[in-house]
Amino acid sequence: MEDTTSFLPREEAKPSRCPDNSAFKQQRLPAWKPQLTIASVLSTFFLTGAFCLTVGVCLVLAANSVREIQIDYSDKCSDCSKLRENSSNWNKECHCSVNFTLKEDILGDVFMYYGLQNFYQNHRRYVMSRSDAQLLGRNVNIQRSYCAPFSTYRNGTPMAPCGAIANSMFNDTIDLFYNRNSSVIQVPLLKTGNSWWTDKNVKFRNPELYNLSSAFAGTARPPYWQKPVYLLDEEDERNNGYVNDDFIVWMRVSAFATFRNLYRRVRRVRHFAQGLPAGNYTFQISYNFPVTRFKGRKHVILSTVVWSGGSNPFLGIAYLVSGTAAILTGFVITGIHLKLRKKKTYFQKH
Amino acid sequence: MSQGTAGGEGAPQVLPEGKERQRRGRRRKKKESKTRLVRSSLLLPEAEPEKSKRTVLACNQLKTTKYTALSFLPKNLFEQFHRLANVYFVFIALLNFVPAVNAFQPELALAPVLFILAVTAIKDLWEDYSRYRSDKEINHMECLVYSRNEKKYISRYWKEVKVGDFVQLRCNEIIPADILLLSSSDPDGLCHIETANLDGETNLKQRQVVRRFLELDSEFDPLKFTSVIECEKPNNDLSRFRGYIIHESGKRDGLFKENLLLRGCTIRNTEEVAGIVIYAGHETKALLNNNGPRYKRSKLERQMNADVLWCVLILLIMCLFSAIGHGLWVWQYGEKKKPIFDVPGPDGKYLSPVLASMYLFLTVIIVFQVLIPISLYVSIEIVKICQVYFIHQDKDLYDEETDSQLQCRALNITEDLGQVQFIFSDKTGTLTENKMVFRRCTVSGIEYSHDDNAKRLAMYQEPDSEEEEAAPKGGTLSQRDSICSHQSIKVIHRSQSTKTHRRTGSRAEAKRASILSKHTAFSSPMEKDIMPDPRLLEKVNECAKHLEVMRSHEQPLSYLSPELCDVFDFFIALTICNTVVVTAPNQPRQKVRDRFELKSPVKTIEDFIRRFTPSRLTSGSNSSSSSSLATSKSMHRFGLSVLSSTSTDSTLLKLEEKLAYSAQMNNNGYSSQQGRTAGAGAPEEGELRYEAESPDEAALVYAARAYNCSLVGRLSDQVSVELPHLGTLSFEVLHTLGFDSVRKRMSVVVRHPLTDEINVYTKGADSVVMDLLLPCSSDDPRGKHQKKIRSKTQNYLNLYAVDGLRTLCIAKRVLSKEEYGCWLKAHLEAESSIENREELLFQSALRIEKNLHLLGATGIEDRLQDGVPETIASLRKAGLQIWVLTGDKQETAVNIAYACKLLDHDEEIITLNAESPNFQETCAVLLEQCLQCVESKFSNNTIDGATGNMTVGFTPLYPPSSSVLSSLGLVIDGRTLAYALEPALEDKFLALAKRCRSVLCCRSTPLQKSMVVKLVRDKLKAMTLAIGDGANDVSMIQVADVGVGISGQEGMQAVMASDFAIPRFRHLEKLLLVHGHWCYSRLANMVLYFFYKNAMFVALLFWYQFYCGFSGSSMIDQWYLIFFNLFFSSLPQLITGVLDKDVPAEVLIAVPQLYKSGQNMEEYQPHMFWMNMIDAMYQSLVCFFIPYFTYYDSEVDIFSWGTPITTIALFTIILHLAIETKTWTFLHWSSCIFSIVLFFFVALVYNASCPVCHPPSNPYWTMERLMGDPMFYFTCIISPVVALLPRFLYRTLQGTLFPTQLQLGRQLSKLSPETRTQLLTKLNGKETMCQTQLFADSFFPSLGSNASDSYKADNQSTPLPTSPQTRESFFQEHAKAEHKPDQTAAASPQGALLYEGNKLPSSASSLERSMGFHEVRCGTAEVESLPVGTTFPWSSAVDQADFSLLKWITSTPLFSHIGTVLQVSSSSLQNETQDSMCVLGSSLQVDFKGLKEESSNNLQDKTKGTPTDHCKNDNSETTFL
Repeated sequence: MEDTTSFLPREEAKPSRCPDNSAFKQQRLPAWKPQLTIASVLSTFFLTGAFCLTVGVCLVLAANSVREIQIDYSDKCSDCSKLRENSSNWNKECHCSVNFTLKEDILGDVFMYYGLQNFYQNHRRYVMSRSDAQLLGRNVNIQRSYCAPFSTYRNGTPMAPCGAIANSMFNDTIDLFYNRNSSVIQVPLLKTGNSWWTDKNVKFRNPELYNLSSAFAGTARPPYWQKPVYLLDEEDERNNGYVNDDFIVWMRVSAFATFRNLYRRVRRVRHFAQGLPAGNYTFQISYNFPVTRFKGRKHVILSTVVWSGGSNPFLGIAYLVSGTAAILTGFVITGIHLKLRKKKTYFQKH
Repeated sequence: MSQGTAGGEGAPQVLPEGKERQRRGRRRKKKESKTRLVRSSLLLPEAEPEKSKRTVLACNQLKTTKYTALSFLPKNLFEQFHRLANVYFVFIALLNFVPAVNAFQPELALAPVLFILAVTAIKDLWEDYSRYRSDKEINHMECLVYSRNEKKYISRYWKEVKVGDFVQLRCNEIIPADILLLSSSDPDGLCHIETANLDGETNLKQRQVVRRFLELDSEFDPLKFTSVIECEKPNNDLSRFRGYIIHESGKRDGLFKENLLLRGCTIRNTEEVAGIVIYAGHETKALLNNNGPRYKRSKLERQMNADVLWCVLILLIMCLFSAIGHGLWVWQYGEKKKPIFDVPGPDGKYLSPVLASMYLFLTVIIVFQVLIPISLYVSIEIVKICQVYFIHQDKDLYDEETDSQLQCRALNITEDLGQVQFIFSDKTGTLTENKMVFRRCTVSGIEYSHDDNAKRLAMYQEPDSEEEEAAPKGGTLSQRDSICSHQSIKVIHRSQSTKTHRRTGSRAEAKRASILSKHTAFSSPMEKDIMPDPRLLEKVNECAKHLEVMRSHEQPLSYLSPELCDVFDFFIALTICNTVVVTAPNQPRQKVRDRFELKSPVKTIEDFIRRFTPSRLTSGSNSSSSSSLATSKSMHRFGLSVLSSTSTDSTLLKLEEKLAYSAQMNNNGYSSQQGRTAGAGAPEEGELRYEAESPDEAALVYAARAYNCSLVGRLSDQVSVELPHLGTLSFEVLHTLGFDSVRKRMSVVVRHPLTDEINVYTKGADSVVMDLLLPCSSDDPRGKHQKKIRSKTQNYLNLYAVDGLRTLCIAKRVLSKEEYGCWLKAHLEAESSIENREELLFQSALRIEKNLHLLGATGIEDRLQDGVPETIASLRKAGLQIWVLTGDKQETAVNIAYACKLLDHDEEIITLNAESPNFQETCAVLLEQCLQCVESKFSNNTIDGATGNMTVGFTPLYPPSSSVLSSLGLVIDGRTLAYALEPALEDKFLALAKRCRSVLCCRSTPLQKSMVVKLVRDKLKAMTLAIGDGANDVSMIQVADVGVGISGQEGMQAVMASDFAIPRFRHLEKLLLVHGHWCYSRLANMVLYFFYKNAMFVALLFWYQFYCGFSGSSMIDQWYLIFFNLFFSSLPQLITGVLDKDVPAEVLIAVPQLYKSGQNMEEYQPHMFWMNMIDAMYQSLVCFFIPYFTYYDSEVDIFSWGTPITTIALFTIILHLAIETKTWTFLHWSSCIFSIVLFFFVALVYNASCPVCHPPSNPYWTMERLMGDPMFYFTCIISPVVALLPRFLYRTLQGTLFPTQLQLGRQLSKLSPETRTQLLTKLNGKETMCQTQLFADSFFPSLGSNASDSYKADNQSTPLPTSPQTRESFFQEHAKAEHKPDQTAAASPQGALLYEGNKLPSSASSLERSMGFHEVRCGTAEVESLPVGTTFPWSSAVDQADFSLLKWITSTPLFSHIGTVLQVSSSSLQNETQDSMCVLGSSLQVDFKGLKEESSNNLQDKTKGTPTDHCKNDNSETTFL
């Protein structure tokens, strides 16, 4: 008996299977159905065009206000470059100087860059060849990092810093001299503050020990380096080791084979409080970095910056062009519309 | 079988033979391997060692889960790796672990693959878990199993039931396994089951106790069961079970499907049954039949896979290019002068250029892997699931009447719904209701038109929902402990509600079936209450009176006039030649027991001899044996003498004498019914309920009941018929030869109680039965008379068919005892054979069904479903070719086709009929001719198929000069189709069929149906949809690309085979036009977008290779790269893929032409892939080079440059989607915004938290710094704008100048409803205008020659058309039938208006039309289901609908000459109408008075209105939809 009743289903109040009449389930959610009508299309094109033109004009103006001077010194120091072609001369010093004239003052903050061409810093294996953990001052087994083959020497001594990026660090030193009335004044340049604040303070850390040289004890400099990492800047303890600005800037690998890196900033004191005055200048270059091997070129660049970046006018032009194109298209559409308006029909039979 | 002796109680006592055996390497004889042996599990264990062998038998535990906790991971992974894409991505991910080529951090690269695998695995796990739960529920249902220890039945779980166990079941319990019925509380050893769970059929099926056990004289005791059962291996054939039971004595008894109770069915009407489990668990037929959802690959997916291969090719080209580039780059530096940025390998050595490029090839494959959309397959799956969900939820696809909604059984072909080109439809039950209504009949050559009945039917125009609701009410009174017999031992809870079908084998259907089961099958009042024709009723009464007199005077039956004899036999045949089960209404599903004799059907020769030898002794012994059984079961049995004395004094003496010796009355609870006297039967009869296997059976039984010839009881061996004046007659059923589609007939062999003759009553398709008639010589007058009757009947049959009625012929044969004995011998042999039994039985049936005597014929109306014509019209407008494949006869099919607007009256019909024996060549010639004809733009000459006996009806409608493509219809019959489908001819057939607007294949077998579908699918490469509702459509449904089942009255087989199941045919419209279109358009756009998105993203990386020495480095951080597709850009496209609506539903329905976009694959054409690729290239160039030039020669580092590019790419991709999105709901908005916000959020968090990331990732504080830089924003604004400008421009120009239909449809939806309606009307009006114009041009007398051809035979055989009087009478009948709507309409004023409006739509105001549109449609359906119009071109200005009446009449072949007259006199329309009236004669004049008046009104209106206005009426259906 019981088992029969247990078979009794709980079916009594069987809900209808009719689906809910909700907007979602019936796919009737309130919706915006944009229509490509003439009015909306034309307004889109004209508004876009107007916006682009405005922005373009601003950007072009801004880019034009940038003063920039770029000097290729790879040919001018051909002696040195020849010397550097042979790697056995690595410890021989070679200097050269490049003269140039500023026809007008460069006002405001002046930034000094070194530029490299054909240096494929974005090569895949090159980009990977670093150990961020080591640069953070952690004691890591770089053997397991991507630094190889620039991780340890044959005898097992780890390189500090390891990896191809660090090993190939740009090591020319460039000094700028202002020839004023036959007197030569060295332009004061700032070595620090050229890198990202976060890099300098978060991403790069020296190993924590009472002094730098002992912190790097047991490690060796990368093979192409002339001096160990804790001697990169002997004058400024806070700009030494991994936190050296030049090193940090170099470690930020560039996106393209042709690139520039910020090297120094002109310190705005005395003669240079307003920027660089017009006149004759000389770059004194200690030529260490070989580029002939990869048919590269080296530049030194002086430039100011504005809110829109450097002197590259491309973006402004791009805005102007696309703005113009949008407006022209708008006119063309208007024309077509006017011409074909009469033909406009509704649903055609086929 | 010695080893199968015994086992422990727990061990199944079965020897599994066959496969399991063979697998074990045992060699056994073939015969043994085909069977299994079952023994009682109660026998004492003897051979314990055998136990291990037997464990292979399935126990009753249901386990549909695919995995166990342990096997889930490996098994699921294994299954997932069947998908090639997954293997590819895992391969790529593993490649990352190779140091020389790795591009990303290996663990990270695994993440997306793992994610995708995990999502799929979780989905599978969830599905499996729900299966597990339902399994558990079923496994823990309880049933009574006999226990050896306790010597009684004890309650056990289902899962504990084993083969060989004895199970006791009570009423309304669900059967736990396949059980051989050994005992039943029913005195006749019967048991009724309801198989709704298996096949959806709600009528009760009878099952019988194995015969020897029926004859037991005591209660069945499992302990005494020592027999061995040898039966088939488990198979999935529900309608077959064969085996032997071998008794200890060595005697064998055959076992049939009537002995088997199938798992999942429900016991009804029987208190208690017991049986032995034969098949358990997964070996039961129910579970073997349940093969789960189907997996098909959609056309779109196939196309997509081709494009994925293109993507692979593109990928390889890109990789190869990069590899060569890298080789050259390395090579240019030479061997010695390696630059310092070219990092040597870990061993310090440089790679050679070739090796380097080879490594690089692998590396870039990893980097560019995104090009092959990893998430594409998962996304498509998700989108499809959501689409299916929305289709499920659509209210419009819900049918209130049956409380059923659409079911998607195949989840992955939703978009195929939007691309269907051909629809193959069944007719019966699909286009029609499959509610059979008896309309008219002819008996011995005299027609009874049943006018009152026709009137009554007209009353049922309105959906009879109330009645349907009311009908089952009686049955739903729950908890009624009403068991039939008053000596019932237990009170068993019986209630309708116990019919909840537990989810067993066929789970999905169970619920639905339970709803269906509430209705008594096929018994709406429309079908039940038949108004008898007075003439016939009179004859019946006369006949009964004669009989009564004769009985009282002991005259033989032959004294009756032949006609009356035929009438009598006709009704007897209607009543008993079927398998209808009678149930009592108050106690639903309760068998009515009135039993006079206790005899089972003749099963042995001895039985036969015993029974048919008129010896009192033998019959006495028989009586004693049966009475012993009877007394054992029931204490309340009386002899017939009791009955005869109490019930009727008019019982024929002879009969009384005859029956008295054997018959006993089973009086358990139903004595009142026994006592019913002849005259008083009528009121009570109304309460009987008939449950039939097919609706036409029920219709016939109800029809017979209307003539007081009612079926009051049916047992396996006996049918009781109550007749006026005669009381209850019991026919002893000797055999029932069931219906099958090959024989197309069924027969019963009965012993006539009055004459004691053995009669065969046959009921079947006219074509078959007419051929089986006894050839009659034309010499003697009797034979002549017979011949006349036959030709008359044939004539009427044709007429019925023309009316769209289903025709059945009723015939009879009187067998002599010798003939019968002779046949019986062979038949019994056939019955007892195990092999080839079906074939032998078939042969046996053929032997007895011959030399028949024709009694009469019936016409049953199968009513069109609601909205079928509209749906067909709409689908046709949508460019779908609709073919109807039906088993019905040609005339019926053609007329239904006209009724549902499949064929148009202004359409040419090509009819292909074959009669010649050497048909093939002629068929070829014929096809060739037709084809030429069609190709030469329908030459005016009627092509007469002079070849052979074949006729070609060809009705050119347009003059040859007409260059307009007319529409063609093709009608082909099964025999011709068989030839046309032969390889030699199929191409020609297809070429012809392709040009036809609609194709009608009549009399086609299920196999032919599927062959046609296959032919079209394969040869035309078209997307096919097959829709049907019955078992005969299953093969066609399975073959078609999309199979749609109608969950109608004919059970569930079609539904089980289908991909989609809809409640009604009309739902097809929304399913295809709206959901199909949406699904297709959404998926097509999504797939294209996917390709675009990935190509565009990967191309960015590719361009970068030119600037990094093809070194495979990427400026985009690996995290962004890997998760870009997965997280940042996936949601909007999913939302769009699920919810975007390119055109709103109303417009899609209103303008079905829009569906063509899917058929022509407009949304995803092969070139679109390439256009998208090119666009992707362009966009990526823009997105790459704008930042490139912006940051050129600056101090930007690789990731500070790559991050803006990622951002730009994201913006571009999302804005691209925005351009492509047509409707914006808040979900679209939020998904887009969410994606962008998510990207910035992730970027900021990631860049702030990762000073030490895995190389090459080194993005610390990049995003933060970029966001402080105005250049970042300026770049991010300009790049997407420039990138998308061309696409936007293209969309703009194309949308405003050359809008596609879809875009116009979209515009349409913006308009206000009124304007839209106006526009649509105008549009449709234009179309109609064209047609009308055309029509006017081509006005010339042409007759429905297809029809006349069809009737050529009749015209030849009968002089009927030349006899004016007959024609007149015919005409009157037609006119009356036609006039019916007016009469009905008169009853309700509103209805009258509407009907008038229907006929004369122009005269009714548009307001009225719009108000009562629905009713108008119903009216139309009615009007049009009657007429037969073939091709009758009416004059130009006349609206077609207006004169449908006249048209119909004139188009009937019989009145063809009238039609000609009508056409000739065509001066003015009004005159014409009147003229024609005159010609038609006075009787018609009267009938059509109303019409004439109306039509003149109408004409006045017409002259005022513009033609478009008229057309509007025709198309108002579109307008009001």
